[in-house]
Amino acid sequence: MGLLSDPSRRKVLTGLLTRLNTPICIVCYLAGIVWFMGLAFEPFTLRTYMSENAMGSTMVSSGERALSLAKEFDAHKRQAYDGMPVEWLVKAMQSRGLEVFTQSFSRKLPFPDENKERYMVRGTNVYGILRAPRAPRTEALVISAPCSPGDSNNQAVGLLLALAQYFRNQVYWAKDIIFLVNEHDLMGTQAWLEAYHHTNITGMEYSPLQGRAGSIQAALSLELSSDVITSLDLILEGLNGQLPNLDLANLFYAFCQKLGVLCTIQGKLQRNDWDTAEGYTHAAQTMMLMVLKQACGRSWGDHGLFLRYHIEAASVRGINSFRHYKTDAATIGRLLEGMVRKLNNLLERLHQSYFFYLLPSLSRFVSIGCYMLAFGLLVVILLLRALDLWVHLGAPALAAVEGVTEAQQPSGPGVLTVLTPVVISHLTGVALYLLPVHLQEMAVEHFPVSETEAVVLTAVAIYTAGLALPHNTQRLLSGEGTEQGWKVLKLTALLYLAVLLGCTALINFSLGFILAVTLVPITASMTPHMPKALSALVMVLLSPAFTVLYCVFIYQELIEAPVSVSEGWMLFLSVISQGILDHALYGSLVYPLLALFIYPCWLMFWNILFWS
Amino acid sequence: MAAPLTLLLIVAVTIRAVLFRSSWAELISERVEVVSPLNAWKRVVEGLALLDLGVSPYSGDVFHETPFMIYLFHFVVDYAEIVFMVTDGITAVALYLSIQTYNKNVFRKQKYALESDRYPADCLELLRSPKEMFYIPLKVAMFYLLNPFTILSCVAKSTCGLNNAIIALFILCTLKGSALLSGILLALATYQSIYPLTLFAPALLFFLQRLYIPVNLRRSSFWFFTLQYAFIYVGSLVVITGLSFFLLGSWDFIPSVYGFIFSVPDLTPNIGLFWYFFAEMFEHFRLFFICVFQINVFFYTIPLSIKLKEHPVFLIFMQIAIISIFKSYPTVGDVALYMAFLPAWSHLYRFLRNIFLVSCVLLACSALFPVLWHLWIYAGSANSNFYYAITLLFNFGQVKSLNLISHFT
Repeated sequence: MGLLSDPSRRKVLTGLLTRLNTPICIVCYLAGIVWFMGLAFEPFTLRTYMSENAMGSTMVSSGERALSLAKEFDAHKRQAYDGMPVEWLVKAMQSRGLEVFTQSFSRKLPFPDENKERYMVRGTNVYGILRAPRAPRTEALVISAPCSPGDSNNQAVGLLLALAQYFRNQVYWAKDIIFLVNEHDLMGTQAWLEAYHHTNITGMEYSPLQGRAGSIQAALSLELSSDVITSLDLILEGLNGQLPNLDLANLFYAFCQKLGVLCTIQGKLQRNDWDTAEGYTHAAQTMMLMVLKQACGRSWGDHGLFLRYHIEAASVRGINSFRHYKTDAATIGRLLEGMVRKLNNLLERLHQSYFFYLLPSLSRFVSIGCYMLAFGLLVVILLLRALDLWVHLGAPALAAVEGVTEAQQPSGPGVLTVLTPVVISHLTGVALYLLPVHLQEMAVEHFPVSETEAVVLTAVAIYTAGLALPHNTQRLLSGEGTEQGWKVLKLTALLYLAVLLGCTALINFSLGFILAVTLVPITASMTPHMPKALSALVMVLLSPAFTVLYCVFIYQELIEAPVSVSEGWMLFLSVISQGILDHALYGSLVYPLLALFIYPCWLMFWNILFWS
Repeated sequence: MAAPLTLLLIVAVTIRAVLFRSSWAELISERVEVVSPLNAWKRVVEGLALLDLGVSPYSGDVFHETPFMIYLFHFVVDYAEIVFMVTDGITAVALYLSIQTYNKNVFRKQKYALESDRYPADCLELLRSPKEMFYIPLKVAMFYLLNPFTILSCVAKSTCGLNNAIIALFILCTLKGSALLSGILLALATYQSIYPLTLFAPALLFFLQRLYIPVNLRRSSFWFFTLQYAFIYVGSLVVITGLSFFLLGSWDFIPSVYGFIFSVPDLTPNIGLFWYFFAEMFEHFRLFFICVFQINVFFYTIPLSIKLKEHPVFLIFMQIAIISIFKSYPTVGDVALYMAFLPAWSHLYRFLRNIFLVSCVLLACSALFPVLWHLWIYAGSANSNFYYAITLLFNFGQVKSLNLISHFT
């Protein structure tokens, strides 16, 4: 590193760094945003292609009676008061030659879920295993359909049973096929998967599985609620933003094209006019929807929980909208049969194609190598600022080499002044994480709110109370070396934020990117010398909670169901409660990350703003 | 200085006790960065179970600790957590006392050199005053006890803590000038894992310097003392090995412990450099590369001893650092031991030019280890290359920081 160890060149470099720091930061930020938005521009994307050679060409034929089965299922479901008609399902599967087993599970939610109106959940999963006629029972595929109350998903279960009957007569199955009907959608799937893999990560109580079928290679989840559909929507986003292998999406798209079924992603149909403004906007909207859905970390279909166990899974939802061309259950059956046959041919788990990608449309994708640069440009701003601060902090020490003055050590008594805000911010974060759920009984006693509202409003209250902190921590500090103190704190906080955002982006790129877009500008430019009222307002408006609020509004705009401010606020509160529930029930990491790490980091910068 | 040290010990013990009782303890004791096949607690328990059944603990190739360890834990296995916390305390106190002695020596030498006017004028601000150096031993103890690496290692009940304690006691005895105890403790440390063998040279250089014996191969006084020290060391080693034989009644432990360390049969990923390389190795090159990698650890002793013979304590620090980077199964506990020494030279920090970049790299890598492990093993989206990239970067950061620190001399 001759460049960095030669003192004169070093001085030139550091001088350049100090002078050009702000312009470079601004350029990097704009470049990052522009790069990200440019990812949706079609010439910058690649066409999707099948990477797995084992999924070669297969022949596909037809024949089911799915719809009558759907009506029978509906009737029995109503008889069972919208619960699961277990006996009928068991008989239906057994009569189709499957080995049928049931599993019961129960879970008490930490607080009532107002969206789905449940608190104490008890349910039963029913699954049948179609044993491969001539193969050893080492691998399996799963086709699942959730049993939902009311009119939804009857056709999915009917199709499942019809497929089971058709599959039973074929001899080419090399893997066992498990047909799963799960109750209470995600909770049933979670109970089944935990029992299948002998783990218990979420504290659910379930009865052990009586029958098993080897390691699961891939899974498909079906959601069909009407007899005729006009398009099939593919849902890929899973828990914690994990995505299945791109080959699964490619497979689905290839089959849809072959059978002439319209397929959509994010509910949007593909357009061919990429060189017009509308075409670009359409692709950008699809990509933004995927980013928002991935960032919120919840599983948008039953398939999302399979991904955690390294099982590639996707959900297929049938949509009935106003189009001329309608598809019936038979074609969907052929589509599914084709997909399952292709998955049957797999020699090993899908791994050839990308695991990290963004889809502006079903036939075009952006891989991690392209989109990570946008994030990298944003994090570079934090590192440049940190380097700049380090140079400024070290400058008085370097000057002392010539004169006989006392050298300033960044570590030493300065560590204590930095430690206090860090510890207090993290304690507030821990309070934000633990207290809402634990204090709900006390809150319900004293205030006229329901438990869910108590939890959410406690969270909001603790978040707002954290804003009052700097005025308290300043009294605890002795206030020595104040100019030095805030610089050291800012340096620590910038590095901490950079490492945090980096780790987040590796696991869930969308979450990391969205947080970076709002947090990087305020944190990089925050000093105590800025006008207090204005910067405080800007900081609060770009804080993590408001980021979530903006995401809610943008999401509603993108799915073409815009909401008013009050509705948006209620939606925001329900998003918070869903986040806490997802963490408790399925192990989603978004709420702990925001409460325990991002919020304390933001509080440290809030502290710097009010440094006296 | 007893009061701040006691306070520090209490705080450290509290943190460890809290973590022992939480649900994190299970998680931490399975992390590959914190435990290795050589010092995992699971394996100690397995060896104890085999011993209770009357079978040799080394059968089954699970247990790779020395017989002294088994017998120690045979008696204290019920109080294992307390033992590890006490061990950390012993290491911290030993480091505290050693650095205190070292500072006294340095200050005395500085006084003599100042009186005989040996310092040029522009070095004057590098001189240290007793006031500045007063807090350094406490900082060293703090750097060891409150280092997250040490805490993780203690909570995982990795026997690396015990090895660190023996090395710290060896350093204390060396600095206090007791050749006998130093030789015995060095033999014990070598018996535990072979690599502290390289610490023989710096200890010898320290004693020679202390006894004013010039390091001249033609002088008989040099050879006389060297032979004495070597005799103590080798003799203790022979006695300890013999005792181990009598403890278990067989020589099984030699291939299981030392053969394991040298031939690296277990390729579980860790923060070292061996596992990935040997996972891809063809069989007929394996012996050659084992020799190359193992010689790498021992080889740096010779040039470093020649260059740093005036600064034996610094040489001990460099040797420990080199051992913990290049040994066959490193863990973060090994890294924590040499990191604890850094405050001893804090007055020279301004000369560390690229320390910011290097420490950012080390910090980022420590944070990325669990992330990439998760992506590889659980999410299946990454593979071993990603994890090894972080390992390489971490070791590169360590080597670079050693490089920078070596500019101190």
